[in-house]
Amino acid sequence: MLAEWTNTIVQGVLLGGLYALFATGLSLVFGIMRMVNIAHGDFIVLAAYVALVVGYALGLGPFAALVVVVPAMALLGYVLQRGVINRTLGSDMLAPLQLTFGLSILLQNGLLEIFSADSKRLHAGTIEVASVPLAKGVAVGAYPLTIFLVAVCVLGSLQLFFTRTSLGRAFRATSDDETIAALMGVEGRHIYGLAMALALAVAAVAGVMIAVRTSFAPSDGPARLLYAFEAVIIGGMGSLWGTLAGGIVLGVAQSVGSELDTGWGILAGHLAFLGILVFRPTGLFPKTRDR
Amino acid sequence: MSLLSTSRLDAFYGDFQALFSLDFEIDEGETVAIIGANGAGKSTFLRTLTGLIRSNPNTIVFKGDPIGGLAPSKVVRLGLAMVPEGRRLFPSLSVEDNLKMGAYCARRGDWTLRRVYDLFPVLQERRATPSTLLSGGQQQMVAIGRALMSNPDLLLCDEISLGLAPIIIKDIYKSLAGIIKTGTSVVMVEQDVQRALEISSRVYCFLEGRVSLTGRPENLDEVSVSKAYFGI
Repeated sequence: MLAEWTNTIVQGVLLGGLYALFATGLSLVFGIMRMVNIAHGDFIVLAAYVALVVGYALGLGPFAALVVVVPAMALLGYVLQRGVINRTLGSDMLAPLQLTFGLSILLQNGLLEIFSADSKRLHAGTIEVASVPLAKGVAVGAYPLTIFLVAVCVLGSLQLFFTRTSLGRAFRATSDDETIAALMGVEGRHIYGLAMALALAVAAVAGVMIAVRTSFAPSDGPARLLYAFEAVIIGGMGSLWGTLAGGIVLGVAQSVGSELDTGWGILAGHLAFLGILVFRPTGLFPKTRDR
Repeated sequence: MSLLSTSRLDAFYGDFQALFSLDFEIDEGETVAIIGANGAGKSTFLRTLTGLIRSNPNTIVFKGDPIGGLAPSKVVRLGLAMVPEGRRLFPSLSVEDNLKMGAYCARRGDWTLRRVYDLFPVLQERRATPSTLLSGGQQQMVAIGRALMSNPDLLLCDEISLGLAPIIIKDIYKSLAGIIKTGTSVVMVEQDVQRALEISSRVYCFLEGRVSLTGRPENLDEVSVSKAYFGI
């Protein structure tokens, strides 16, 4: 009994790593540009399709394909931000929202047109079914554990980048006060481009990771976005480790819910999210400041 | 040749014109004060020089080159830095990170973290503190240090005494005098006329977006200053 529940909670924690990967890019973009990227989930799905094509064309496995997919998505992010999204940023919150909503529709239908509605999967071989025993009666899947460790590494690297590098400081300064950052020589539009590049690079990792774990289809983006949103809100805006905590809360709630009744998993996740919204509307570790 | 000059400089907030055909100049090594009542256009003038407010290219000439209309991020690279009104530190950055942001544009020069800490020793003690937890005077020191870290040829100071206790203001001005002595040219906007006259070699008085009086402090009498200041 105890082992069973421990198992459930550990699975939930590991699932949280995946949600944190979903959420990081969303949180980053909001933190720096105060803009909500409605198409974020669709970019996660897009990355999976790019990995599918790259794997097919170059004969690479999903993890090797990351070498191509991550830079490609980052480049797409930079170009998209500089070429299109920057033009909508300003005092009006609605314009970038509408734009990314449009992008979301575009991506979903574009993918549907090219790849059809059939769901696809990426195959990574034996790691998918391997398991690691942690204690007597408690074993975790090697792959969920891998995802979790990848999430921790990604968040850790971002943390180092933001605190230890000159460019990272410029990101934080721009998030605080773009005007004053400009007076220091920071070119805001370029920083925005880099922020979107970084966001989509993490989205690419997330997209490939989940595509090995479960199947994906062109219309899956909004569901990914919803989990990303919930993880960000639970964790608190702008805090990297808060995002991981948010993902874990969501993951554990879903996994405990499913354990109680197979149909309750997703519902339990949403309830945990609503609970946090009621009792701590700014999330567990809020960092981003109002401006 | 002057270090910076403006000729017939206009500036607008939308349809509202804030500066009217303004002529101004400062030579290398000079300290020029700008005084004037609220809304006279002093801060607007500084913001226009830094590129935060748009202007026509040839209306601002810095070290011989027209800089009007350049982006702020480009202007600072040419050697023009501003201590903004109200300090405007980056709240989520520590004292030291704020100072390091000043060096982001990577201009060569004498100002380093070491020298800023020598100038304001208290900042070294509080280097890891979030900038929001400092006292007003210490925040002002960070704001000045941050601007100096870009190794400017011309430093613009916008109301650095605003909201500070008189004893703190005295300290800050002492440090400023030290900075001026190293040869940095300074344009300072100041509400406190007396203080402005003491530290500067030349004064401009602004009134409703125009220059109403200019001259050396020793040649200005109280009556003409007060007339230029209030416009009556």
